[in-house]
Amino acid sequence: MEAFKLTVNGQAKEVTVDPGTPLLWVLREDLKMTGTKYGCGIAACGACTVHVAGIATRSCVVPVSLVGDRPIVTIEGIGQDSVGRAVQDAWVSEDVVQCGYCQSGQIMGAVALLKSLPRPTDAHIEEAMGGNLCRCGTYVRIRQAIKTASQQLK
Amino acid sequence: MSATNRMANALHLSRRSFIRVWATAAGGLLVSLYLDFPLTAQDAGQAKPKVYPPDAFVHIKPDGTIVIQVNRLEFGQGVQTSLPMILADEMDADWAHVVAELAPAADVYKDPVFGIQMVGGSGSIAHSFQQYRELGAKTRAMLVAAAAQQWKVPVNQCRTESSVVHGPGGRSAHYADLADAAAHMPVPETVPLKNAADFRLVGKKTRRLDSRPKCDGSLKFGLDLDLPGMKVALVAHPPVFGASPKSVDDRTARAIAGVVDVFEIPLARKGAGVAVVADKFWTAKQARDRLRIDWNVSGVERADSSQLRENYKELARTSGNVAVARGDVKALDGINATARIFAEYEFPYLAHSPMEPLNTTIQFDGERAEVWAGSQFQTADQMAIAEVLALRPEQITFHTEMAGGGFGRRAVPDSHVQREAAAIAKRLRGIPVKLIWTREDDVQGGYYRPMHAHRVEIGIGPDGMPSAWRHVVVGQSLLMGTPFSAFGVKNGVDETAVEGTANTQYEIPNFHVSAHHPTVNVPVLWWRSVGHTHNAFVMETLIDELATQAKMDPIAYRRKLLKPDARKLHGALDLMEEKSAAWRNQLPKGHAVGIACHEAFETSVACAVDVSIENKRPKINRVTIAVDCGIAVNPLTIESQFQAGVSFGVSQLMAKGAITLKDGYVEQNNFDGYTPPYIVDAPTAVDVHIVPSTEKPSGCGEPPVPVISPAVVNALSQLTGKRYRSLPLVTI
Amino acid sequence: MLRLGQAMFRWSSIILFACAACSTTSSSAAGQDMAKKTTATPTRDAGLAAWQQIYSVLTHPRCINCHTATNYPQQGDDRHRHLFNIIRGPGGKGVAGLNCVTCHQGSNAESTGVPGAHNWQLAPLSMRWQDLDDKILSSVEVCRSLTDRSKNDNLGGAGLLKHHDQEPLVLWAFQPGHHRDGTARTLPPLTHEEFVAATRTWVEAGTPCPQNP
Repeated sequence: MEAFKLTVNGQAKEVTVDPGTPLLWVLREDLKMTGTKYGCGIAACGACTVHVAGIATRSCVVPVSLVGDRPIVTIEGIGQDSVGRAVQDAWVSEDVVQCGYCQSGQIMGAVALLKSLPRPTDAHIEEAMGGNLCRCGTYVRIRQAIKTASQQLK
Repeated sequence: MSATNRMANALHLSRRSFIRVWATAAGGLLVSLYLDFPLTAQDAGQAKPKVYPPDAFVHIKPDGTIVIQVNRLEFGQGVQTSLPMILADEMDADWAHVVAELAPAADVYKDPVFGIQMVGGSGSIAHSFQQYRELGAKTRAMLVAAAAQQWKVPVNQCRTESSVVHGPGGRSAHYADLADAAAHMPVPETVPLKNAADFRLVGKKTRRLDSRPKCDGSLKFGLDLDLPGMKVALVAHPPVFGASPKSVDDRTARAIAGVVDVFEIPLARKGAGVAVVADKFWTAKQARDRLRIDWNVSGVERADSSQLRENYKELARTSGNVAVARGDVKALDGINATARIFAEYEFPYLAHSPMEPLNTTIQFDGERAEVWAGSQFQTADQMAIAEVLALRPEQITFHTEMAGGGFGRRAVPDSHVQREAAAIAKRLRGIPVKLIWTREDDVQGGYYRPMHAHRVEIGIGPDGMPSAWRHVVVGQSLLMGTPFSAFGVKNGVDETAVEGTANTQYEIPNFHVSAHHPTVNVPVLWWRSVGHTHNAFVMETLIDELATQAKMDPIAYRRKLLKPDARKLHGALDLMEEKSAAWRNQLPKGHAVGIACHEAFETSVACAVDVSIENKRPKINRVTIAVDCGIAVNPLTIESQFQAGVSFGVSQLMAKGAITLKDGYVEQNNFDGYTPPYIVDAPTAVDVHIVPSTEKPSGCGEPPVPVISPAVVNALSQLTGKRYRSLPLVTI
Repeated sequence: MLRLGQAMFRWSSIILFACAACSTTSSSAAGQDMAKKTTATPTRDAGLAAWQQIYSVLTHPRCINCHTATNYPQQGDDRHRHLFNIIRGPGGKGVAGLNCVTCHQGSNAESTGVPGAHNWQLAPLSMRWQDLDDKILSSVEVCRSLTDRSKNDNLGGAGLLKHHDQEPLVLWAFQPGHHRDGTARTLPPLTHEEFVAATRTWVEAGTPCPQNP
């Protein structure tokens, strides 16, 4: 067990855990922040996506010991950001979700995309979102919502 | 305090009582009061403990919020919005103040047709449409009666709109203020329902009620549940179905800080597993990974996909138990070999792999149990848990949690996950335990869509239409050995194995369908659209082949071959043809059209797809899909279901879209080995068109799935010149 | 006094460097003594032999999986296309939302089986050692591209040596960590020390490339 100081959504947190614990489970169980989801544990699905130092990161494979002092933003905090808010609003206005379980990760991925490419093409969208699984299959509406968010941010 | 006194007190608590309207098993309605206990100061800010009477569908809160109970699981299909829409429309409730809740397990929430509380068979709207209309209409009638009584005016001088009753002379009263009085009104036995023209919600595109919390991380799924003192459990399952541990060395596992217990538990079908209970998921996982289990895999059948494929192909050569015998199938024997199609198809096991892995939380104190599960099968699960815990079902409070997908995986006749959780909760008496199946458990844990083989011989008449058709289906039965056997097994044929073929609406004069149901040591289960998953593929690819041989347009061929009274299919086909005409006739080079139509669960679907080949895989550029599902309650839900459902259907085509077994061991263990469609695999654009209808609604949960695989493959056949008779498409 | 000391320091550095450069590689020996003094520059043949050793490392999966000609990395000893639709991206670091560092951190994540090293990314396309069909290029082709200053970020012999000796992504190949099932990733055919020593020999021999493919 080791103590780790983390910055999550702007707040200082401290946990004492096995250093190999993936950030995902520290967030979900030690910090009780369940918005970030467990879908596969092998970074295949993206449901666990958070931002670490502004970079989309698959928290299920990153041990908390490798995070360091890099600030973490989760789905619970992304709405504080104008791009995050626009993406969430677009997700709602375009009625994207079905079961919704993958959507935290989809949204975090889409925010990372739009922060880097405010006017993504279809190809950009397909590349950036290419590693996020949605078993319900909401991909058509995800594409649309990203475009809507992009429009809103003009 | 006696019940009467409590009721008397409630009458004085004018701000706390509300209407309860329930449907009895006999179909009538009853109203009674129930108490809503006041929040104490310490409850403020925490979730109110859910006190469930067994019979509430509508709760009008003092602040005007209208809470509507949804009598089945929401797992993506949108029912937590569309069922409340139906009720709220008849009730003239203010939609902006409607909140939906997933009802717990109780008699009153049973599906009116199936007779148990469940979701499946695309039956949510189909079975509960009338029910929810009546609930809403009767609630409204009682509110109006209450207002009319207060104002001493005739009921027919009152009207309702947006949670307000308006009376003569400008009087008005909000539902929240009428709720107490309305609770004492007699429940009308019958009540007129709205004319379709008066619907304000039904038929209108309405956004989901659960979107925002699913987009901001606040909505809790079953896996997210956290209770004080809760422990997490994982189970080491046998690597071969039905096996048991010979020996277990748990010393290293137990030495990990946070591990609470390690013990063997029996499994539902056969065999045993080893449960690990710990303070947190990661601890439990570390501990389970460090168990040294010597499994006894002798004495259980070791299923092997290669072997099964050979067996099935052999079995298909002989006629099985007869499902359909129409006309004279020996007419096939008299047909010229050049006027015949002979085809053998094979289909693999498929895992459902909903995004949220299976989980169940149970707390058992010896006399009562509380369960939290995203279950498609509450009645069955509750009974199974009761059996394990030696309780009566009434002693179990069963909360229905929001689920992250299901596709049939959360409706299991043997309730095996719930039984595992109950066995663990029993041992940990008093402590709430959350059982989690990891993704590996899910991919390897069985309950798959079965493997199938089809063997089809078709005689072609001089007009290019099939004159004789002999069809053998081989595959494990889903229903035999379950309580559903009586409903769906006839003459040794499991109807779910031949649906889509046996009940085809194509006019085939000499038609013989039979089935073999081998017993295999692999648990199997219905996978979204069930028998249609493989039967539609076979039918629609063969029809395409027939059309090609007859040198007819595939849409025209289907139109000609369909029975004239297959009204819904004709309607869907016509609408699809109309809406796709522009692009179908202007395809770029390297693109081809694929057509398919199919009826499942009384909903007819027809689609046209634009497919090209990119990176050696089919690229689905566009899908135009038309559907006749009767009244479209929420056209937005339907559009969403079809756009997403066809993307789900592509699962069957994925290169790594098969579960295979070798000598009893499942070869895949996560999404790296069993890979569902990503965005690049799914159609880029899907336009959905609904045939206008005033008929009773049929479902849309499963109907999108059967058409997409054959349509895509029909297009591919034109691009490559090959016919595809084996799924998944490992190479094209 | 100081100036003499400085001069002596400078001369002894030069002598040490020269001696280090003179030491021959050995295909088997571990623990090469870097201060051993020899006087012979490696022959062309010795250089070519050293190159073959280098080539055997460069074309090992731990190295070549990121030296692809395509828009994707590879993974595993069978060098299959990296799963989950990971792609190269404009800078070889993936794309926003799906960067290499989305999963690969600054060091190996042993508890989850994901390899890591500082600045995880693909080698530039100029440093591809495979063709577009994922077929490994020949020894002469790889050697030529390694020694082409217009392709190799303008590195001369010293620069190449330093790259092999110190670049974290190169070092990673020799300590690649474990898979999630606990098994170790396979190692290149040389240790890092042997690889550096072979590189030194090859550099000192004038970075010769074989003639025939």
